[in-house]
Amino acid sequence: MSQFDTLNFTRQDYVGGKSTLCTGCGHDTITNNIINAYFQSGVNPYSVAKLSGIGCSSKTPNYFLGLSHGFNSLHGRMAPLSVGVSCANRSLNLIGVSGDGDSASIGLGGFVHSLRRNVPMVYIIENNGVYGLTKGQFSATADEDATLKTGESNPFSAIDLCALALEAGCGFVARSFSGDAKQLVPLIDAAIRHKGTAVIDVISPCVTFNNHEGSTKSYNYVKDHKLVLQELGFIQPQQEITVDYEAGEVIEVKLHDDSILTLKKLENDYDFKDPLKARQVLFESQSRREILTGLIYFNEQKQSIHNHLNLSDKPLRDLSEAELRPPQEALSEILDQFS
Amino acid sequence: MNTVNNFVINIGTLNGSGSQSSNNVLVRSLFHMGLPVCGKNLFPSNIAGLPTWFAIRISAKGHLSRKQENDIVIGMNAATLIKDQINTKKGGVFIYNSDLKVPLFQEREDVTCIAISFKEIVDTVTPSVKLKKLLTNMVYVGVVAQLIDIDKDILISTVKKLFSDKPQVIESNINAIEAGWNYSHSQINISNFPFKVKSLKDANKDKILIDGNTASALGLLFGGCSFMAWYPITPSSSVAENFHAYAEKYRKDKNGKNNFAVVQAEDELAAISMVLGAGWSGARAVTPTSGPGLSLMSEAAGFSYFAEIPAVIWDVQRVGPSTGLPTRTMQGDLTSAYYLSHGDTKHIVLLPSSPEECFEFGQTCFDLAERLQTLVIVLSDLDLGMNFWISDNFKTSKKPLDRGKVYGEKELENNPHFARYADVDGDGITYRTLPGTYHPQAAFFTRGTGHDEKANYSEDNLIFKKQMDRLTRKLETAKPLLPQPIARGEGSLGLIAYGSSHSAVVELQDLLSDIKISSRYLRIRALPIVEEVKKFIEKQSMTYIIEQNRDAQLCHLILSEWPELYHKIKSIVQYDGLPLSADYLYEKINKTENLS
Ligand SMILES: Cc1ncc(C[n+]2csc(CCOP(=O)(O)OP(=O)(O)O)c2C)c(N)n1
Ligand code: SF4
Ligand SMILES: [Mg+2]
Repeated sequence: MSQFDTLNFTRQDYVGGKSTLCTGCGHDTITNNIINAYFQSGVNPYSVAKLSGIGCSSKTPNYFLGLSHGFNSLHGRMAPLSVGVSCANRSLNLIGVSGDGDSASIGLGGFVHSLRRNVPMVYIIENNGVYGLTKGQFSATADEDATLKTGESNPFSAIDLCALALEAGCGFVARSFSGDAKQLVPLIDAAIRHKGTAVIDVISPCVTFNNHEGSTKSYNYVKDHKLVLQELGFIQPQQEITVDYEAGEVIEVKLHDDSILTLKKLENDYDFKDPLKARQVLFESQSRREILTGLIYFNEQKQSIHNHLNLSDKPLRDLSEAELRPPQEALSEILDQFS
Repeated sequence: MNTVNNFVINIGTLNGSGSQSSNNVLVRSLFHMGLPVCGKNLFPSNIAGLPTWFAIRISAKGHLSRKQENDIVIGMNAATLIKDQINTKKGGVFIYNSDLKVPLFQEREDVTCIAISFKEIVDTVTPSVKLKKLLTNMVYVGVVAQLIDIDKDILISTVKKLFSDKPQVIESNINAIEAGWNYSHSQINISNFPFKVKSLKDANKDKILIDGNTASALGLLFGGCSFMAWYPITPSSSVAENFHAYAEKYRKDKNGKNNFAVVQAEDELAAISMVLGAGWSGARAVTPTSGPGLSLMSEAAGFSYFAEIPAVIWDVQRVGPSTGLPTRTMQGDLTSAYYLSHGDTKHIVLLPSSPEECFEFGQTCFDLAERLQTLVIVLSDLDLGMNFWISDNFKTSKKPLDRGKVYGEKELENNPHFARYADVDGDGITYRTLPGTYHPQAAFFTRGTGHDEKANYSEDNLIFKKQMDRLTRKLETAKPLLPQPIARGEGSLGLIAYGSSHSAVVELQDLLSDIKISSRYLRIRALPIVEEVKKFIEKQSMTYIIEQNRDAQLCHLILSEWPELYHKIKSIVQYDGLPLSADYLYEKINKTENLS
């Protein structure tokens, strides 16, 4: 069976257990979009491994792709975990779900370093600006001057995970909004096919602790301030795509597996292959306190960790005893130096 | 009187001055003469310019623990020259570099002092200022070699072998040695030099002289390690570096690609997380580290224990607490390794005591981790890991790798009710599947939270207790699979030790038998402690538990298992950062038992 052997699976095979999150939580909406994206992409769920850290967000891998193995790890450790999982079995399709606390606070080091290494995976941050699971403390992505439900205001500057991902050399940097299925599903779909780490920072309102007037990550705030960078649709190689084309320029991006990503720009001159431009638009949107969504930066040239480590094509976990153990002659040759 | 094949040479130099190669030439030449010899490096936590010592012990009886006294001392470092002379045994020989200007230095009367201008000698060897510095150290090799009668042909062939990958430097090194040799031969007039070596020919034919970390790296290599993550820390780095270098040569596929992965992590939190990911995903995964790294890995250790993921931590212990003495040796991590992490956790701990065992455990650690689906911590230490030990040649294991209880697609067909944490066999070890198993029953959700047999989230008190009790059962299953204790000698006095203490305890037994005291020594090779230890202690009149930490950690582990043994054991500890010495143990026992 191959990784993209879609034939026998129904959408039902891509769902997971019942969510125990608060009703209306943005994370659940993302879960739905993940289910749809994976179903549409036709990835064989048996080839997928789901990774997460700790937090409300990190619980969600239990709610999608029930036929895939899951690893709900330690707070902040999903990124390094992915290095081990991916190296041990390079044929896996990895999806990681993390929170803003998980990736921007306790796991910030691991986040940045896994991007430097370029582990092939979909890396979704469900970003609500708070620690949901520990009941609503500020996270490091909370905007400066944002207020908590308690009225407490945040004096510290926010970490922009997309800007950080760019700095770390990530080749797929996107931002979206949990409720924007039209944008998020194709983004995830593209991320699945990217042969490196694909970061999608998804603004995901916490309805219990962060959905009030003073918050910049509430539903209403995001709805009013969202700036859409492009619309995109994903074309499966085997079938013709019909996209609802709006006005503007259309370009095609060839991904590693020869599939074509078609992007529709709303801004006529935005070039997501330009790293300088990416930094500039992020910076500008930050200073206007607007949330810029879309594929902000894309570079398919970056080598993955598998290339850097010169890993054999055969997954390490499948190596036979003969491949794992050099012969006695090798040992004698080595020990000769010490005799 | 001449002392033949029984003395200690201690060489004081500056670290970073290239003395390592010189000392290596000396110790290996002695080894090639068939002598029982060891080399211990005492070095600072520093890159260049601080004092470092290298002690070579030659012992006809094969006693290779640290001696407290030095017979020949070579002083090449101005900063320690006075101290080095003081540390020379009465009646010993102090050879020193007279070019060093050390105020207040005065030659001792009770020691044979030999002042040598190394500058004058090295000037005849090379005009290059840079080379002079390096070759000065080779000159002392020639001087002592001549004085103690090292076979010159062996000396030269040792240099050639050691520098075989750098042939361009062989000649200059040999010239420097020759210059030292000739100087000594013509200028030093000691009619009957008190310390001599005599060749034992082929006595070391089937032996090697190797450090424990290289042995460990080879064990991991031949044990099928396929994933290593590490963060540099003394004294463990050379485990990772050696493994990587050997794997690059011996673990390639036919396309020249790697049948292994080595990742230098950003910290130890990441290193152990990578190892958990790789172990979960089906690789044989290890992370080499030392005390501070072990502390950082503690949260993940509990995850491995509770979620039952194979993983190996290779801890080369150094002196703690905190940063402690980073380049000195200690057995201080025993308790923290055994209980590493919060909540009720207990890990399998392996305690190698020699390079052979580093090699052996480097292989078996993965068998145990995969068989038992848990964390295995190997506790080496700086003395074992970084010093040179004589060892029998290693042999690859004939036993096939044990990959443990893993269900693939076929097995799932026959076991359609697969549940990740169901104790089907009653031994506490359950079956696992690997991610990427193409079967509808394969998937489960790994978590560090409470879980039922199907790995579903559960806060149920009874279910939780049942899982914890199964983990206890699993540890019982583990006991017979672990390296069992080994007893040595017969006698009513009992001795218990582990790890690098071994050589000192064997020597202690011989010292005791010299005064007609026979002893029985039990070497513990793994935790949890097995029943045999209790039986041993019960049988002996009194048992000394010997270890290299302040708090008598093994003693406490034994007592926590069997408090009733309290009146049957005494503790001897050494915790100053120096390798254990048999003389020290002898003095301690002598004092308590009033032996003489
Ligand atoms: C080592 C450690 N420290 C603290 C915690 C407590 N903790 C659990 S979840 C969490 C924050 C989660 O925030 P985030 O990642 O943003 O996820 P969210 O719940 O907001 O989705 C914290 C601090 C923990 N589980 N582990
Ligand atoms: S607390 Fe917030 S983040 Fe957590 S489940 Fe509820 S709404 Fe979602
Ligand atoms: Mg959050």
